[in-house]
Parts: sequence; C-alpha cells; structure tokens
Amino acid sequence: MQISNSAKKQEGTQVDLRGKPRMSEFLIQNFLMLCGLLSIVITAGIVFELGKESLLFFGRQQWEQSNKVLTQDLALADSQIHLDTVGSQLENGDLLRIDEEMLLVLDAGSTQIEVERAAQGSQLAAHNQGSEIEIASTVSLLEFFTGIDWNPQIGKFGIWALVNATLMTSLAAIVVALPLGLATAIYLSEYASQRARSALKPILEVLAGVPTVVYGYFALTFMTPLLRTIFGLERVEIYNTASAGIVIGILILPLVSSMSEDALSAVPNSLREAAYGLGATRLETALRVVVPAALSGIVAAFIVAISRAIGETMIVAIAAGAGSSFTFNPFEAAETMTGHIVRISGGDLSYDSLDYNSIFAIGLMLFLMTLSLNIFSQRIVRRFREVYE
Amino acid sequence: MSVKSKNSDAFSADQQRRHRLGHAWLVFFQAATVVGIIALMALLLNIINSSFGFVLLEDTVSRESLSPSGVALEDLSRDDLVTIFNDNVSTGLFTRYEREKPFQQRTQADVYALVIDFVVEPEIKEQWSLVDSLLNRDEIQAIAINEHPQGHLEFRNWLDWDFVRSPQSSFVELAGVRTAIFGSLWTIAIAILFAFPVGVGAAIYLEEYAEDTFISRIVQTNINNLAGVPSIIYGILGLAIFVRALEPLTSGSFFGVADPLTANGRTILSAGLTLGLLVLPLIIINAQEAIKAVPNSLRRASSGLGATRWQTIWHHVLPGALPGILTGTILAISRAIGETAPMVVIGASTFIQVDPSGPFSKFTTLPIQIFQWTARPQDVFRNLAAAASLTLLIMLLTMNASAIFLRNRYGKKQ
Repeated sequence: MQISNSAKKQEGTQVDLRGKPRMSEFLIQNFLMLCGLLSIVITAGIVFELGKESLLFFGRQQWEQSNKVLTQDLALADSQIHLDTVGSQLENGDLLRIDEEMLLVLDAGSTQIEVERAAQGSQLAAHNQGSEIEIASTVSLLEFFTGIDWNPQIGKFGIWALVNATLMTSLAAIVVALPLGLATAIYLSEYASQRARSALKPILEVLAGVPTVVYGYFALTFMTPLLRTIFGLERVEIYNTASAGIVIGILILPLVSSMSEDALSAVPNSLREAAYGLGATRLETALRVVVPAALSGIVAAFIVAISRAIGETMIVAIAAGAGSSFTFNPFEAAETMTGHIVRISGGDLSYDSLDYNSIFAIGLMLFLMTLSLNIFSQRIVRRFREVYE
Repeated sequence: MSVKSKNSDAFSADQQRRHRLGHAWLVFFQAATVVGIIALMALLLNIINSSFGFVLLEDTVSRESLSPSGVALEDLSRDDLVTIFNDNVSTGLFTRYEREKPFQQRTQADVYALVIDFVVEPEIKEQWSLVDSLLNRDEIQAIAINEHPQGHLEFRNWLDWDFVRSPQSSFVELAGVRTAIFGSLWTIAIAILFAFPVGVGAAIYLEEYAEDTFISRIVQTNINNLAGVPSIIYGILGLAIFVRALEPLTSGSFFGVADPLTANGRTILSAGLTLGLLVLPLIIINAQEAIKAVPNSLRRASSGLGATRWQTIWHHVLPGALPGILTGTILAISRAIGETAPMVVIGASTFIQVDPSGPFSKFTTLPIQIFQWTARPQDVFRNLAAAASLTLLIMLLTMNASAIFLRNRYGKKQ
C-alpha cells in the first residue's frame, strides 16, 4: 500500500506504521471484486445458454406430415410400401414414421418405395391401408442461413424471412433518425442559445424515457392510420413495417442527437474561431470543420442507434404484424426476429419443443448482430477519435 | 483595378449565396429539432385522446324487465336485489360471491353494483375519442338517438379511480390495472434489491481497487457491451436460467412455499432478477461516473490521516458520490418499469385477478397489460391501453420528479 511505503521511509519514528493485515478490508475487497466479475458471468451465461439451446435446435429431429397415406396394407414381412403421388416428394435416405415404427427409404419411386423396416431400433409392426406417413426433418445450418421461408408448422426455418423484416424496420428507423438526429445535434450544439438548449434537451430526454410499449401503441393507433390516409387504405396494410420503423426512428432520435451533440460539443472552440477568422460562415464552420472533427463520435452514435433499432421489440411486436413473410414492401406486414420471439413465447411454451429451441437460435443471431455493432462503434471511437488539448 | 473589382464582385455574389445556403440549412436544423417535439406532443395527445371520450352504453337486459313492480332498480331493497341476482346468474357465480362475503352482510349499493355488472350488463356499443367528443358532439348524439334508442350516452374518463383500483377483468367496464401495478412494484423492488448493491459494489471495485490490468479492462469493455444488449436477450437468459434451471428456487418449492396455482418458475422472483440483470450495467456505469467525479484530494486527505482504503471509500467517497449514484439508479428503475419484452418471454401471466402475495406469485405488469390490450382486435380495449399508458407515464414522471427533488435536497446538504 502506498501509505505504509511512504511511512516506512520516514526516519526516526517509534510507532510501527506498517500496514496491518485487516480481515474485513480483505473480505470487502474480494466481495467487490466478485460484483465486478459478475458481469463476465452474465455474458458467459448469455453465450452459453444461447449456444447450448441453439445446438439443440440444429441437431433436433422432428416429425412432419408428408400428406401421404399407405394405399395398401403393410404386412410385417413387406419391404415395399405403396403410396400415391400426392404430398411431399420422398428421397433416398429419408426417414419415415408410420404409427410408432420408423422406416428408412432405400429406393424411392413415385408410387412404390423400397424401405428398411424397423429402422433406428423401432418396433416392427403391421400397418393398415390409410395409415398416415410422417417424415423426419432436421434443421440444417445451411437451410437456416439461406432459407427465406420461416414457418415452424411445416418445418421451414429460413432465418432470412425474419432478418429481412428486421432490416426493413431498422432501415426505416435509420432514414428517420439519423438525418433528423444529426441535424438536431448540430442545431443544439452550434446554433441554439443556452436558454433554448436547456428547454429542448429535457424534451428529448422525456422522449427517450417513454416505454417502448407505449411507442408500440402510438405506432398502431397513430402512425399506421396516418400512413393509410396518406398512401391509401388498399396499399397500406393495418400491420406494416414502415409504421413500426418510423416510430422506432422517433424512439432512437434522442439517442442519436444526444450522443452526437456530446461529440460536437467536445470539439474545442479554437477550431470554430479559426474557421470564422478565415471567413467561413456559421454553416461552413459547422459542416466543414466541427462535424468532420467530431466524426468518430457521430459515427459511433449512428452505430449504437442502429443496434438499438435492430434489438427493438415491442414496437414491432405490436405494429409490424404477426406471421413471417419475406417482402421488400414496407407497407406489408412482416415479422421481425424480436417480434417472432415475443409472439411464440407469449403462450405457454413447453421446454422441449422446437419453438423453444428456435427462440435461442434467433436470440443468438440477434445477440451477435448487436454485439458486433456495439464493439465496432467502440473501436471507431477509440481508433479515429481526434484528440485536442 | 478592374481585376480587383471583378474579384470582389464575384466574392460578394458568392457571399450572398453562402449566406442564403446558411439560412436554408438553419431552417432545416430547426425543423429537425421541432420534429422531436412534435412527435412527443403527438404521442401524448394520442394517448390522452383515447383516455377520455363519449361511450354509448346499452343494457343487455333492460332494467324495467327486472323490476316488474315498476320501482326503479336502484331504489329496490337489498333483499329484492339479491333475489334478482340469484334468479339471473348461474348458481356457481352466486355461491362464489356468497362465499366471498355473505349477501346478508353486503350493502344495498354493493348488491346493486353486482346486479348491474352481471345481470343488466351494460355493454359498450360504440366509443369516441376526446377530439371527436368535443368537436362532433351533436353528430354523436344524433347517432345515439337514431341507432341505439335503448342506449344512453355518457362521457367516460377511462383513467378514473376505479380503473386504478380494480383488478383485471374480461369485461371492459370492470377492467383495471390494480394487479398490474402491484406486479410492477414487486418486480422493480426485487430488481433493485439485487442490482443496487451489486452494481455499486462493482463500480467501487472498478474505480477504487482495480488496477489497469488486462482483466479489469475486459470487465469494463464487457459492461459497456452488456449495456447495449437488447432487452429481449435478457428475457431469453432469464427464461433459461431463472424460470427453467433454477425452477425449484424461483417457484418457491425449495422453501416449501410454492404457490399451488403456479408451481413453475414464472414468478415475480424470476422477473425481478431478470430485470436486475438488465439494469445492472446501467447502474454500474452511472455509479462509476459518480465515483469518478469525487475529487481525488478527498481520498488523499483521508489516506493521509491514516484511514484505510475501505474507510476512505465508506466515509468520504460514497457520501460524495451518493446523489449521482441515486440519480443513476432511479434512471435505471425508470428503464426497468417500462420493460415489456423480457417480461413476455419470462412468461408474465396475461390474465390474473388476484394481487401478488409474495415473490413466488404469478404476476403481470403494467406494460404487459398495455401490450395485451393493444393487441386485442376490439377497438374498445384500445381505450384501456391508453388509460394504462397514461398511468405508466404518470408513474414514471412521479419517479423522475422525486429523483430530481431528492438529488437537489441531498446535494444542498453536502
């Protein structure tokens, strides 16, 4: 400890001033350290749980209706099953299930199929004509990352349907919030008087403090009717990504403006005065000197705002619509990643279902997207910040 | 000479253009600033607009048919009303209310209210927003007379005392936010009990003890990142850890006090802890700022007088940082009280009528109620959602105002 060291250097002291071991100090320090380390535990918990359940999601086998039925009775000794052509196309290697017995497809024809009976240790049994055939499917990583159809009922798990909707709402939010937020920040930092600033900033803070569910209500009961009046009832659906996105934009506007204003205010006055001295107008000073000098902070604000827009949940859950669809039309309903998680976890979700696992897979995707954006923004601040004395 | 004047002409022409440009952009900057204000106004007006307004009520069973003697329903004696109630509702319902409180002990007004709610069942046929009610009063009255001659029109304040006081109900008429408010208060209390000590502890460690090592830098970066994780991810984490993995603890069965109605981990305790994790990074970051702002001279003076590190922190650093820490905590509470997504994922009950009785009860919160009512297809529930939103905003406003008040008061003492 610093105190005892300096005490030791003093000469001629009679009293022993060396630091004594103190049990309580030691305990307190360790307790505080544990508090600090808890944050690491939380992150580890998030990564572990999301990862674990996502792995279950990808490995999981589930049974789907093939819409095929046996057209003839299947006796114990038969290795040929007879089907009609309706329903899904079977391929070699597909695993089928009739009642409790599993069958492996060896040679798939259109109406007659060669199978291995009692596959995977299941019980051999005879089946009657008309028995329904189920087909096994697992979610593959390839399908997850390339598919554009998300429909758990029929075993379609293409994340792009959800990601696309998230990107649509975020894009609308960005279009609203970034220009307006930056303009507000420039006005507050470069033009507004002290009085105007002290009146305007609390208003923006109130806007940032309104719960998102109230914004969701606002989107559904104000923004959607507004859009429908402007663009026509037949063109704009009741639930649409544009309305949700615009309201997310309003939500993140205060975030953009306050972070950007902090960055702009941090630019030293000498730069502004130098620009004025060279004959620049106020606008030229603001746009060509102050904004470039604060650019790293502004970009960081933008990225944080985008990450917030991607993770925003209640507004999209209320206003963007239920049921995923892959569409680029902002006036159509589409379900985002967060909206989907909220909808399917709204009911009583059983722990061993594919739905339960799928929210972790979506959550992991969402976590990685927002985390990388946040890290990116911190990097930008650290790397490109102009340091003035 | 001519060259010079030509240049200065060009300069002044250009200068005019530059100034015009400056003005045009200034108008844009100002307009952008105003957009935020307009949005806030629109938001508030939109909520207020739906929280008040005319409703058109029509009785499902006419009052005259219930009282053949010709005496007005509200003037009948209690016993007559009990008979009417008994005759017109199912035996189950009657026994339930009898068991709750015997009819002989109820007042006439109490029984009258029951008869109105369950027998007469006035139903809202139509409702209008505040703006409509004020501007198109005559038109609304005309509609009321022409289309619903049996009905009567009344000006409804959706956010009245009954709304705050009544529990949830499937009848729009009776629905209130009492259970939701209690649920919100319980979850917030648990979140703060957990997050405040841990958050302030972590901030003290990072600011006062930790040296600039690799690990402490990791912790710091990690906290900043956690603050940016979407709240729904915390909900998923809470679902996996508190609701599922720690179910014996969070359902209370480990302590033998599990609510027989729930018997799973979807309790106030799980929700509170999840919210606690959610606000922890915010509390840490704010507390760190507050501790940083305490001047170093205080620490040096204290150390110089022989105080230990902890004595310095406890007696000098913390008192100085407390106003900042408290403000940060209240901001974190305001954030937590409005959180909806994690609560939905955790599995807040959408429909419960009993007040939560402890940390192991099922729960619903105010934002959940707003979400539920907004998601209903019937328009009339939107009015309830608006009134609940207004309640939530008033709660938030009160809390923030009290934070400012506390800070100013405490700050002056320092």
